[in-house]
Amino acid sequence: MLSTLQSPRSLSRFSSRYTLCTLTAQSPPSTSPPPPPPHSQILSIRHSLLSRRLSAAQLAESYLTRLRLTEPHLKCFLHVSEDAVLEQAHRLDQMIASSEEIGPLAGVLVAVKDNICTADMPSTGGSRVLEGYLPPFDATAVRRIKDLGGIVVGKTNLDEFGMGSTTEASAFQVTANPWDISRVPGGSSGGSAAAVSARQCVVSLGSDTGGSVRQPASFCGVVGLKPTYGRVSRYGLMAYASSLDVIGCFGSSVADTGILLHAISGHDRLDATSSNREVPDFASRFDSIDLLESKPLKGLRVGLIRETLDDGVDNGVVSVIRGAASHLEELGCSVTEISLPSFSLGLPAYYILASSESSSNLSRYDGVRYGDQVVAAELNSLYGDSRAKGFGPEVKRRILTGTYALSAGYYDAYYKRAQQVRTMIRKSFKAALDENDILISPAAPSAAYKIGEKKDDPLAMYAGDIMTVNVNLAGLPALVLPCGFVEGGAAGLPVGLQMIGAGFDEENLLKVGHIFEQTLENCRFVPPLIEHDDTPW
Amino acid sequence: MSTTMASTFLRSIQKHPLMLYPTALFIRKNGVLYCTMKNTEVQTATQEKQKPRIKVPPRTQTITTNNVSKDYEAVIGIETHVQLNTLTKAFCSCPYNYGSPPNTSVCPICMGLPGALPVLNSKVIEYAVKLGLALNCKLSSNSKFDRKQYFYPDLPKGYQISQFDVPIATGGYLDLDLPVEFGGGHRKFGITRVHMEEDAGKLLHSESGSYSQVDLNRAGVPLLEIVSEPDMRTGIEAAEYAAELQRLVRYLGVSNGNMQEGSLRCDVNVSIRPIGQSQFGTKVEIKNLNSFSSVSRAIDFEISRQVQLHSQGQGDQIIQETRLWEEGAQKTVTMRKKEGLADYRYFPEPDLPGVILTKEYVDAIRDSLPEAPEMKRRRYEKMGLSMQDVLFLANDINVAQFFDATIAKGADVKLATNWIMSDIAAYMKNEKLTINEIKLVPQELAELIASIKGGTISGKIGKEILFELLAKGGTVKGLIKEKDLVQIVDPVEIGKMVDKVLTENPQQLEQYRGGKTKLQGYFAGQVMKVSKGKANPGLLNKILLEKLNAKS
Repeated sequence: MLSTLQSPRSLSRFSSRYTLCTLTAQSPPSTSPPPPPPHSQILSIRHSLLSRRLSAAQLAESYLTRLRLTEPHLKCFLHVSEDAVLEQAHRLDQMIASSEEIGPLAGVLVAVKDNICTADMPSTGGSRVLEGYLPPFDATAVRRIKDLGGIVVGKTNLDEFGMGSTTEASAFQVTANPWDISRVPGGSSGGSAAAVSARQCVVSLGSDTGGSVRQPASFCGVVGLKPTYGRVSRYGLMAYASSLDVIGCFGSSVADTGILLHAISGHDRLDATSSNREVPDFASRFDSIDLLESKPLKGLRVGLIRETLDDGVDNGVVSVIRGAASHLEELGCSVTEISLPSFSLGLPAYYILASSESSSNLSRYDGVRYGDQVVAAELNSLYGDSRAKGFGPEVKRRILTGTYALSAGYYDAYYKRAQQVRTMIRKSFKAALDENDILISPAAPSAAYKIGEKKDDPLAMYAGDIMTVNVNLAGLPALVLPCGFVEGGAAGLPVGLQMIGAGFDEENLLKVGHIFEQTLENCRFVPPLIEHDDTPW
Repeated sequence: MSTTMASTFLRSIQKHPLMLYPTALFIRKNGVLYCTMKNTEVQTATQEKQKPRIKVPPRTQTITTNNVSKDYEAVIGIETHVQLNTLTKAFCSCPYNYGSPPNTSVCPICMGLPGALPVLNSKVIEYAVKLGLALNCKLSSNSKFDRKQYFYPDLPKGYQISQFDVPIATGGYLDLDLPVEFGGGHRKFGITRVHMEEDAGKLLHSESGSYSQVDLNRAGVPLLEIVSEPDMRTGIEAAEYAAELQRLVRYLGVSNGNMQEGSLRCDVNVSIRPIGQSQFGTKVEIKNLNSFSSVSRAIDFEISRQVQLHSQGQGDQIIQETRLWEEGAQKTVTMRKKEGLADYRYFPEPDLPGVILTKEYVDAIRDSLPEAPEMKRRRYEKMGLSMQDVLFLANDINVAQFFDATIAKGADVKLATNWIMSDIAAYMKNEKLTINEIKLVPQELAELIASIKGGTISGKIGKEILFELLAKGGTVKGLIKEKDLVQIVDPVEIGKMVDKVLTENPQQLEQYRGGKTKLQGYFAGQVMKVSKGKANPGLLNKILLEKLNAKS
């Protein structure tokens, strides 16, 4: 069933895409075969299982085999539960054999970012402080996935507590980008993005505080969704910046991403900030979309945010995004350039607010209950020494920044002012989304860069978050999907298009994203690392 | 075995003072029983029982400072933490029971585990609104929670969820009446604010002092912090303020207000200034006050200390610090000096939505509020009761309700008061029962009072019946019938009894008639005995006298 992912046809396109990364709305009618059906791994797995063409064990084994082969190069996972995966797959096969009903995620291998709690696997948040920590509960999102039959394959690498944009700030290992293993996968959900990109799992969970799902999705050529704040319960997500944090989804297709989002969405009585809003069925709407219609997105008003194509954004990225805009126009959208004057204020406001909240959220890692307790003569040294030993430099930098911003005498100048900026940004997004159905921008100013390139220049790394942080400050949903390539690596580097929607309008984003994806020609976003994968799938 | 012995021993100590002092000794000239009811946890600041081993500060000291203290005025403000008796903690569903084994009432949320989130218990808001209204405060229709950040091992998240710049209630006052023996008088003390917050855990220090253990049972238990205006001037005023607050939270049913268990904790701020000066002096905070009397004594000690320093020109030695009250030594000692203001880096709690109070919600709570102690006292006063009676009855809401119910059944106000304050209170004290635990119901107390007043039974019989009712319950009518206790008011019947006694005691009769008239008492007793105590005493004496003096 997975052959749809890498049919010889798609591989041939794959090899030619680097030079041919132009976008055309519709395939030429004559020579090429009709476009492939919406290739959702989740729907294919379900079909294979129910038609008994493949067993859950066979499916699981095919992913695990690929994982074993690629993991030494990629280092996406901090923990893999192979035995538990196979055991669950066997149990599922028994259920199928006895014609029991199976959940919508049955047999689907899901990777979970390691800052999301899992009761049966260690959850470290990528920090030395939580090395070996085994939570006594599942995060609500994880529990919902399990309830629907999903199989958690393991825990993915991240920048410590989600603080970073490269996954290099993990206390344990550096994850590589499957498109070019000398490059970063982005971050902080780099492990989850790379794992989906390399098809080590079907879908994965990440978390997005300032772009930590969207930027790695862009870098790794996968679909990433940051839901509206409140759409998905944060219960079980280790807090970085509570007013900005959301759990997000990765998939190799918009459909898979939407199906996963549907599984984890909805009110949770354990999270007071989770919304009571009804959850539309994001998943089952994809089939009904008529892709043969010439202008499937007729009338959709798209605003291209001018400030996101300014200086400092890679030329190659700008032209890919402009190409994506043309593609949307060809699908019937009216694309206009719009201005968000407060856009550039987002980055400093974000770093003030996120650091402030993180300085508070990370207070609990004080050496009394977690991590190595450094023996000290008095209490303050115990705290100071244990924390100095347990946290990495990026985390320390943010705790210090946040502590400073919240201190008496500085609060008004920093925290309070940043909150005012946040209100401005929220208003300007509101105005822009009153005029437009969606807003588009790049997901990052560049494609994936080299490992180590920005490690010693935190400000340059922070600047890379310019495209995404505003969306968190406004609490809006945004979908990132690969839309083209720029030069780099052996086969080019993927570039993601960010689509920003009105609050709780993920449904529309997924619909537009799906049509965009299904009509995108000449591009197959399967990394070269697994291009010649000869595992029997 | 040893436990049994220990408990027996303790109980015997507690009972001891009662054996020594029969109830009569508690009755003052006005016939009012004015005793502590330690067992029922009813206490006011001044009624509190003093621990015997503790000596009141030597008089000499007070006298020396009294000379100069005329020139100074103390300014006292109190921060009170009241632990709410909600079924579950403030932000999770753990129950809280004082005295549970360590860490048995904890969950990921109150332990502050990574990924756990607080969800507000709506009862906390309800209780805060109740207390805010009862303290005559203005409620904030839009308040919020904030994080107060500091490191301490009993604080699992590294911050306490509290309220900072927008508390739920502000600007109220508390009315109280000082006890008669302290000169009485009504006081109105300002309330600056009431805010909601969570409690921290507890540290258990090892005996060797080499390590400490953390018990998180108490972590996350809801508290209301009540900050007073600096309106108090003496230790007694401060202690009475705390006692009134305790009374109020018990009336409202939001807390058990128990100081020993730490359900009500007071930190006081004391400063002094020369009389006439409007500027406040340097304030000193006192902690570790576990009873109202320690509040009062610690403040008085601190005032003396500060006045002494100031009057000796050493006013600069009064520094802003936290001092600890040492119960054993009866003095305050430096706990920590404050270097400027602690920076708690407050910021709005992002995990909790804002607290919005609608008018309907507040009105519904206002309508459900019980009569406040102050309102009760004013009402009792209008009923013609003395302030001593008023303070006694209104002290405990259950006693007040019992009294109100008795009055509602038509009982005489003064008689009902006397019965409750004397025999019933004494019985409760002896048996270590609360008024809700005795078998007597208000209806029957009213019936008893009416039966005596109407002459159905004598006062003496009434008392017997009362103890029967207190211990076993039942009805007055039932007991009178069952025990055949109806007072004999028939002169003929009493006359027959008198005749019988006179016939049976010819010798005494002769002595009486020979001039030994003191023997009348003897004959009266004999007749009463024959009547099994049922003869109407007035009638008995009248008939007896007639017959004794009749020439045969």
